[in-house]
Amino acid sequence: MYKALADAIKDAEREGKSLAQVALAAESRDQGRPVEDIRAALQRALDVMRSAIEKGLVGDLYSASGLVGGDAAKLRSSAIGPLAQTPFRDILTRALAVQEVNAAMGVIVAAPTAGGAGVLPAILTGLAKAKSVTDEKVVDGLATAGLIGAVVAERASLSGAEGGCQAETGAAAGMAAGAATEMLGGTPSQVGHAVALTMQGTLGLVCDPLGGLVELPCVFRNATGSAIALAGIEMALAGITFAIPVDEVIDVMGEIGREMDVRYRETAGGGLAATPTGRRLAKERLYQIKRSDA
Amino acid sequence: MVSLLDIIGPVMVGPSSSHTAGACRLGLLARGLIGGTPQRGLLQLHGSFARTGEGHGTDKALVGGLLGFRPDDERLRDALQIAEREGLDYKFEKVTIADAAHPNTVRINVELDGRKATMLGSSLGAGRILVQEIDGYPVEVTGNLHTIVLVAEDRKGSIAKITGILAEHDINIATLRLSRKERGGDAFMMIECDEEPDKKAGEELRGLDWVRWTRRLPKVSGG
Repeated sequence: MYKALADAIKDAEREGKSLAQVALAAESRDQGRPVEDIRAALQRALDVMRSAIEKGLVGDLYSASGLVGGDAAKLRSSAIGPLAQTPFRDILTRALAVQEVNAAMGVIVAAPTAGGAGVLPAILTGLAKAKSVTDEKVVDGLATAGLIGAVVAERASLSGAEGGCQAETGAAAGMAAGAATEMLGGTPSQVGHAVALTMQGTLGLVCDPLGGLVELPCVFRNATGSAIALAGIEMALAGITFAIPVDEVIDVMGEIGREMDVRYRETAGGGLAATPTGRRLAKERLYQIKRSDA
Repeated sequence: MVSLLDIIGPVMVGPSSSHTAGACRLGLLARGLIGGTPQRGLLQLHGSFARTGEGHGTDKALVGGLLGFRPDDERLRDALQIAEREGLDYKFEKVTIADAAHPNTVRINVELDGRKATMLGSSLGAGRILVQEIDGYPVEVTGNLHTIVLVAEDRKGSIAKITGILAEHDINIATLRLSRKERGGDAFMMIECDEEPDKKAGEELRGLDWVRWTRRLPKVSGG
């Protein structure tokens, strides 16, 4: 797989192909698997993503601690708010839905991780619905997202414990923005700018879940991460470019992650987890989990 | 090498790839070691597994793995109740294995029909796992391929004999690692295979009088 998005973009431009096509070709070479095989696996992932969204929208799922749940349904049925009845609102709702399913031990696709699993399905399926995009194109989008994620894994990190939330929901937002930009007709170079424009907005984001659980703020970070991705998509498709090359943005995300204090890397030692209320809730709820399992 | 399908995947029961999917795979490997659902399981949790495991369903995922559920099986959520129905007597303990041990580490002790096995493994993140010790022997098993681990007397021709048995059973070797502490000391072998070594192949290896100890572990991750 590619280690720099610049190389993938160069290959795509030279061969007159999409980034999805060069990503699938690279994966096929690396793994010795036919492209059709890889596409079929991505289609299965898409099916799981869709069914997670459907389950999460019902609103009857709660996490083991009871800290999160029911909010996707709340957002879906609310008539108030400036984004009501827009694809933007629908995407935020979908992101919450997937992450609520995840917190309730439902089946999701870790893309790139379980904690950031809401952003990519929300953006891709939400925009596919709004713009009547075929499944074939959405599967292409997953391939492009996979390429971007692989480059982030190679150059920086995809783990909150290593790089903070910028490496989880931040990376997910970058993947989703690049994938959607291509899905909606953007060029390979516009995909690069979409990723850069999105990830510049999540740099420095800490991983600070209450009690160390993938619940709060993770569920909401998937919605706000989706909003940032939408901003990146909108700007890139308008032809806006970002002066710092995308690979350098990814590199600096890794650098910031390595320098981030351990309290901000999934340990529940800092950030929201360490607020007075964060500590109190974590203590109460963890006690409740032990009681309900006994 | 990073695979596209590692990034868009795995399909798994939430909430955490390390605390849930990885834990489930460790349980599956322990099940493979003993050759079925154990009657007894003692699960000793270390570090973050001990601290935040309950909230992440690590307990359910480990027991679910022992029951043979894969990381995407929704029955994981009810694994503790199912274990009681299926006669798996499990117990959890919080321990400190070693200060330097990976934060998500568990020692699994299983028992079936009088046979016992012990395994020490860690969940490294994104669902990837590493087993470091089986029955007290140091190993490095990832679960990405079917694996045979074996300790034998250091003697000429042993590798040829072992690979011969595997070839007879139509098993292709993907990787083979060999090490020994000293000349004439015990040789340690780790063989990763493309096909699943059947029980008979395992018995033939165990039947060699210079083989001291051998175990088969199933493939529990990868496409």
